[in-house]
Amino acid sequence: MKISVIITLKKDVLDPQGKVIHQALDGMGFADINEVRQGKYFEIDIKYNDPKKAKEKVEEMCQKLLANLVIENYKIIDAQ
Amino acid sequence: MKSSVITFPGSNCDRDMDVALKKFGFKNKMVWHNDAELPKSDLVVLPGGFSYGDYLRCGSMASKSKIMKSVINFANSGGMVMGICNGFQILVETGLVPGVLLRNKYLEFICKNVFVKINNKKNTYFKNIDNEVLEFHIAHNEGNYFCTKDQLKEIEDNEQIAINYCDKTGKTEEQFNPNGSIKNIAGIFNKKKNILGMMPHPERMIDSSLSGEDGSIFFNNLINNLK
Repeated sequence: MKISVIITLKKDVLDPQGKVIHQALDGMGFADINEVRQGKYFEIDIKYNDPKKAKEKVEEMCQKLLANLVIENYKIIDAQ
Repeated sequence: MKSSVITFPGSNCDRDMDVALKKFGFKNKMVWHNDAELPKSDLVVLPGGFSYGDYLRCGSMASKSKIMKSVINFANSGGMVMGICNGFQILVETGLVPGVLLRNKYLEFICKNVFVKINNKKNTYFKNIDNEVLEFHIAHNEGNYFCTKDQLKEIEDNEQIAINYCDKTGKTEEQFNPNGSIKNIAGIFNKKKNILGMMPHPERMIDSSLSGEDGSIFFNNLINNLK
């Protein structure tokens, strides 16, 4: 089954890329943005059919490699 | 004194480090990332470069490579481990030293000489160096040192800050901070001070006709301290 995960920067971590994207969007006329934060998205096709077990494994992957928990949060957003 | 330099796919300062270590008397061995065993070493160096193409996060893939298990065991048993630039990024990803290295504050790759102030000389790396300030070279895109407030307090309480960016007189003000690092941090130790991670490259400052000699001061002192 496929598990989707997003990794986002924690609130108090500076995101210079997000800031520049914000500025670019602003320059293009999207003037009503408060803030842009950039993150990462992973789609993991895992050899389990049990969503609970699959999610547990992916969570372990997030903690051990996919996210650096000093600066990032992870969230499993979809399992299908 | 025996040293080992680990080569990861994408390392590009490994041979410079080899030249530097040999110049100051180390018997150095190059070790491939896929090896399981470390040769007997008094010092292990994780060199600069772009291991695994900086995929995912700089240093994250290298920190999981086969040889790193031996390096982590060596470090945890008190062995001297030094990570330079990408090697520093690998060290933070292993958790051997606290914090992380974020993208530089102004999103530019910085390649220039900088001055660093030695913040702590009570360790094998900087003990007996007369200078307060050294001129090293930096070349990085992700050298913006960051840690949580709690970690910062712990680092300061344990005197783990090794070097700070400064001007040539040793002033560590924000204007001399090239990349946005917290407190101008350019290098830090683990609690026991046997592990050092730093962004600047001392191995690029070992020849007066090419660059400068402050790297020579560092390596000469290091091998003498290890003897």
